[in-house]
Amino acid sequence: MELLSANPGAAVFAGATDLIPQIQAGRPEPTLAVDLKRIPETGRIENSGGFWRVGAAIPAAVLTAHAGLSAAFPGLVEGAGLIGSDQIQGRATLGGNLCNASPAADSVPPLVALGAEAIIVGRGGERSAQVSEVVIGPSATSLDQSEFITEFRIPAPSRGSSDAYERFIPRTEMDIAVVGAAARIRVDGDGRCEEAAVVLAAVAPTVVEVSAASGILEGRVIPHYSGRDAFWDELGEAVVACCNPIDDKRGTAEYRRKVAQVLARRTVVTAARRARETL
Amino acid sequence: MTTTRTGYKWVGTRPVRHDGLDKVTGRARFGADYATAGMLHGVVLRSPHVHARILSIDLTEAAAMPGVKAIITGADLPDIPDETGTGSEGGINFRDLSRNILARDKVLYEGHPVAAVAAVTLRAAQRAAEAIEVDYEILPAVLSLEEAMEDDAPVLHDDLFTLGLDSPPDRPSNISRRRVIARGDLDAGWEEADVVVEREYTTKAVHQGYIEPHAVVAETGEDGRSTLWCSSQGHFAMRTYTTKVLGWEPGDMKVIPAEIGGGFGGKTTIYLEPLAALLSRRAGRAVKMVMTRSEVFRATGPTSGSVMRIKMGARRDGKLVAATAWMAYEAGAFPGSPIGPGVMTVLACYDIPNVLIEGYDVVLNKPKVAAYRAPGAPMAAFAAESVVDELAEELGIDPIELRLRNAVTEGVRAVYGPKYRKIGFVETLEEARDHPHYSAPLGPWQGRGVASGYWFNFGGETTATVSINEDGTAVVMSGCPDIGGTRAALAQMAAEELGIDVHRIEPVVADTHSIGYNDMTGGSRVAFAVGIAVVDASRQLIEDMCSRAALIWDVPREEVEWVDGRAQSVTGASAPLTLEELASGAGATGGPLSATVTVNPRGAGAGFSTQICDVEVDPDTGLVTVLRYTVVQDAGRAIHPDYVEGQMQGGAVQGIGWALNEEYIFDRNGVMENPGFLDYRMPVASDLPMIDTVIVEVPNPDHPYGVRGVGETGIIPPMAAVANAVYAATGKRMQDLPMSPVRVLEALSGD
Repeated sequence: MELLSANPGAAVFAGATDLIPQIQAGRPEPTLAVDLKRIPETGRIENSGGFWRVGAAIPAAVLTAHAGLSAAFPGLVEGAGLIGSDQIQGRATLGGNLCNASPAADSVPPLVALGAEAIIVGRGGERSAQVSEVVIGPSATSLDQSEFITEFRIPAPSRGSSDAYERFIPRTEMDIAVVGAAARIRVDGDGRCEEAAVVLAAVAPTVVEVSAASGILEGRVIPHYSGRDAFWDELGEAVVACCNPIDDKRGTAEYRRKVAQVLARRTVVTAARRARETL
Repeated sequence: MTTTRTGYKWVGTRPVRHDGLDKVTGRARFGADYATAGMLHGVVLRSPHVHARILSIDLTEAAAMPGVKAIITGADLPDIPDETGTGSEGGINFRDLSRNILARDKVLYEGHPVAAVAAVTLRAAQRAAEAIEVDYEILPAVLSLEEAMEDDAPVLHDDLFTLGLDSPPDRPSNISRRRVIARGDLDAGWEEADVVVEREYTTKAVHQGYIEPHAVVAETGEDGRSTLWCSSQGHFAMRTYTTKVLGWEPGDMKVIPAEIGGGFGGKTTIYLEPLAALLSRRAGRAVKMVMTRSEVFRATGPTSGSVMRIKMGARRDGKLVAATAWMAYEAGAFPGSPIGPGVMTVLACYDIPNVLIEGYDVVLNKPKVAAYRAPGAPMAAFAAESVVDELAEELGIDPIELRLRNAVTEGVRAVYGPKYRKIGFVETLEEARDHPHYSAPLGPWQGRGVASGYWFNFGGETTATVSINEDGTAVVMSGCPDIGGTRAALAQMAAEELGIDVHRIEPVVADTHSIGYNDMTGGSRVAFAVGIAVVDASRQLIEDMCSRAALIWDVPREEVEWVDGRAQSVTGASAPLTLEELASGAGATGGPLSATVTVNPRGAGAGFSTQICDVEVDPDTGLVTVLRYTVVQDAGRAIHPDYVEGQMQGGAVQGIGWALNEEYIFDRNGVMENPGFLDYRMPVASDLPMIDTVIVEVPNPDHPYGVRGVGETGIIPPMAAVANAVYAATGKRMQDLPMSPVRVLEALSGD
């Protein structure tokens, strides 16, 4: 933290899977690069007291191989497992994926949908913030120069609760989300939705939560397929209302609006199915 | 799967390739693997503008920076007359080549080299390049074929007057050449047609996508003699081109071929070589230059984007009676798109009596195109084979059956002139029709498409040497870089002739000072042309060895025959002499055993391929997934079926990428937005099913084993095969490539 404060051009890194390509692409080189991987809190996975604590510098490959985490948060593990390639998975981390502040980050929508908190340390001590508050725009975070994230605190899933993440890319891997969607669903014993969160990636300057989703989905029995029920159209409208996408080399704004609706439906269906399976 | 005929010991078998161990262990040395002590690093300063006049270049600050040893600009290269040389994939204009390597008065695309710097470290060279001050006057840019061909378009070259017009133009334009092919009576043809389909198609510029970036190490001595280590498809051409651009003597330059990490036509020209050689001469030290991936995309050969209008008419019985094709290809900043092969191949699969084909070569502010696997043919086939599919539907005739009713056969005159010799197009169609794939059931949102393609293939100037070592092993030496398994294929042909084990033969790709001239590895020519030379050389050696056995036995030559790697007495009077025995005693019978053959063979057998594609389309996202894909291709004779299949599969995969997602994306100012493999979306392995292959063997009578070129034909049918499959799945004709999810969903939303 002292190093970071004393060096205004310094950067922290964990896997450096974004930092190095950015330097190669012409971004100014940091005057100092500080590796977080040896700080104990950044490397542990614990489940106690109703919370999972997941280190911010744990490689995605470790997360996807973790049976407990995969059972508790299949959507988060799906998101982490989609970052980059197999080789990148050996280094890329949740903390880096969040702090790179890309609207297309695959692990961020599930973290937001799960209500995860980021534990942040810096010169002013330790604080926590909702993951949704960390990123404030493309490549911009609310962290100050001395701060970094040590770990994420995620509420342990209650019975009947699960999550899912899906992204659209034109290929099968080695790509960046054109659109991403995460859903967390809690169902009662009858399979009726009690609580829902839907979060979108790559359709706005930051990841966005579809706040109307819970109102639309609560009380519904979510089917195995996103069929013709009217509430899907309502969800679609709510999704579109949250989208503020751009036209770029990866897709058009219109395309992103359409596919965001499709992915929102698909992840809600998957999360609800998984939630029922926990009962 | 293969239908290779047996009866040969080595030809048609699948031995482990001779260069395989080096490649899988990392011992093989590619372009960027070379280094010398005290070597400098060179970088290129590139234009940030797509079209601008260079007002001044100030090197003062850069030259004074620490570690900088040499800087060159366009002013350091000699002026070269406007003349065209030949290469295996079309002519090359050395004046344009020189101006593409270093801009003179104008820059013509983003990434156009303006200066090159050599310094003691890469970082020092990069910093010096950044310190070069270039003053530009921005000029209006021409970024599309439509804009470039307009009467009042900004003109890239003041001295470019369209060739091939009925009357010579009185002012310059961006159209460098018009090519026309015509025969028959079109009016009569349309009169006879019961069904006519006319459509317009567009394709985008796509890159060859070789994994290995361009790389060179050059060392030029005080005496002006130089050595280049570089990765290319032909080191003799690298020497010719480089010395031509520098005004040096070819004999003063030795080029040592590195192993090549992909070329696909894109490594048939030069970019860095003269820069490194000249920097080395100025600095008095070796200079290494390696492109970044971004430089490869922005400044080395994609192939042309295109606009094509095709009209075809057929009688009710399916006979094609008339066709017209209007085609315009992007050449990039200098003339030389593959419009020539485009107009020659577009209708070459079919026997159509009345035809008019018109092609335009158009310059615009994009990187100069380079050869790409069957240059000019795949986009043409996308258009023509899509129209054929529509005709088949309108006529109610199965698309393969329609092709069979019109397929060219031996003796038919090709639309561009010559008569076809023995060809296997009909055989590829019949194999495709009878393949289980063609009748397999399909599910909802799934569809099947078929398309065919033609490529002429090439012979070319060739030297090969076969030498027998004293232990009876052999060296087969050629001067053509191995980009498709040709070392193994050449060794197999020599093994078949000599009657020895293929692994007792070492195939070598020799440098420019170690073997006679060879044209590039291009035009699918190596197994054909070098194969002929290797077979001839092997036969000369056998003749020589039989004569020596006759000498030893003191019998007439006629009483000796060569069987299974041994000289045998026809009369049985003497015990056979093995290759080992003849080799170890060669000193006493006339000296070492070696034969060199030079050829420039005609008769490169034409290649045809028919391909079947199944896709599934996701109606919610527009995603097209290829479910099953079969390539049927006439190889003449597959010397090493693994590598023939590999070529067929590789061509299909590149074509599928071209069909679905690959494209150069430019911003409003003409700056490429996706110069990397993340956003230049080539297929990854998990995107595709195993590509099934069927090798058809209709032997080429002009090759001792019947070889036809196989490297290129496979990339021609895929775009139309995929488009026809997408139509079958969705009812939408996709006329613009790529068929990206955005485009497909747009088409589906059109209802």
